[in-house]
Amino acid sequence: MAGRATPWLIGLTLVLMAAGLVGGLWLAPPDYQMGDGFRIIYIHVPSALLSMVVFAVMAVASAVGLIWRIRMAHAVTAAAAPIGAAFTFIALVTGALWGKPMWGTYWVWDARLTSELILLFLYFGYLALVHAFPDRRTGDQAGAILAIVGAVDLPIIHFSVQWWTTLHQGATLKLSGTPMPVSMLWPLLVMMLAFLCYFAWLLMVRLRAEILRREYRARWVEKI
Amino acid sequence: MFIELLRRECLLAWRRPGEALTPLVFFLVTSMLFPLGLTPDPDLLRPLAPGLIWVIAFLAGMLGVQGLFRADYDDGSLEQLLLSPRPLTLAILAKALGHWLVTGLPIVCGAALVAEMLFVPPHVLAALVAGLALGTPILTLLGTLVSALTVGLRQAAVLAPVLILPLSVPVLIFGAHSALLAMHGQSTARAFVVLAGMLILALSLLPAAAALGLRIGHEA
Repeated sequence: MAGRATPWLIGLTLVLMAAGLVGGLWLAPPDYQMGDGFRIIYIHVPSALLSMVVFAVMAVASAVGLIWRIRMAHAVTAAAAPIGAAFTFIALVTGALWGKPMWGTYWVWDARLTSELILLFLYFGYLALVHAFPDRRTGDQAGAILAIVGAVDLPIIHFSVQWWTTLHQGATLKLSGTPMPVSMLWPLLVMMLAFLCYFAWLLMVRLRAEILRREYRARWVEKI
Repeated sequence: MFIELLRRECLLAWRRPGEALTPLVFFLVTSMLFPLGLTPDPDLLRPLAPGLIWVIAFLAGMLGVQGLFRADYDDGSLEQLLLSPRPLTLAILAKALGHWLVTGLPIVCGAALVAEMLFVPPHVLAALVAGLALGTPILTLLGTLVSALTVGLRQAAVLAPVLILPLSVPVLIFGAHSALLAMHGQSTARAFVVLAGMLILALSLLPAAAALGLRIGHEA
């Protein structure tokens, strides 16, 4: 299935990403305050979104793997974790690069930045824990517990960090009354979709490798 | 069984006082370093003190909890617990409570002494001690989970703090800020309610998760 879905996902990702980038980098007008600097949003916001989506995917897959004892679900979690860590890292780096000209500093101890950083550490902790076990299956299950506890803790972390006075702008995307002109908005939404497809594509590729690595003794693998 | 396990924990700590007291000694020694490293000036230390005390209490708490199941794992009594027909969750709760009584409670009391030495005003001291009394058990429970997940691993000592710290951020924020609120003369009720809520959540969920973690480690 992964083999059949991958070309479609690649195509969809490339088309959406091309459309989003053209729309974001050429067609959208420069912001009246930030000039062209705001265009980094087209990478930053989708990465930040994905960093959270991936953790949710991991938590759900972990729960499925623990409850129904499906080994495949653990493979999904293991395959998704490095991708999620990468998205989190990209979101932090692009945010820092944007922050330097706009806020005058690379880093502030603001609510969203801090919770994103903690999310990155959670990813690192998960990866470190899973790889610390000599036995794959034990590592998977221990990591699954950590992923679930982390997913329960994340909203609390987010809420607690928000308790500080925050410098980060409020949510730009709301269900009603977006303060953003349509010409700037549609490339952003397209880029979000593109990043989601990109994640699905990467996940398929990594999942295939992960399954092959795990089942390398099985007969069907030998045939390939 | 709960009471017996609790007694065993306390008895073990009593027989080997060096191990049980290490977190408290660490807490006292580290807090002595801040006036030496920063400044002995009361006016500068006072606003920093609650946050410093919280951070040191955090580190001290982590020091002890990561090896919670280590000795039991080594001498086989962990296996006894796992095989026993009684609920493992309850046994873990007993161990966590015993550990907190032996290490957490002394730190809460020691914090009052350290706060006095760092010139914390009396009305803040009450908020600080109350916050620590609510916050350190959560930390112990998180540490219980992590030490259950890492028991038997060689890298456990390095791994445990990496796993505990991000998870325990909310405790630090609300705890340290409750003391800061008291210092600014504002109401601390909201922070305490949130801390108590987190403690209840941790009490109800984390022992069960730790039990699952121990069973997974045991099956391997």
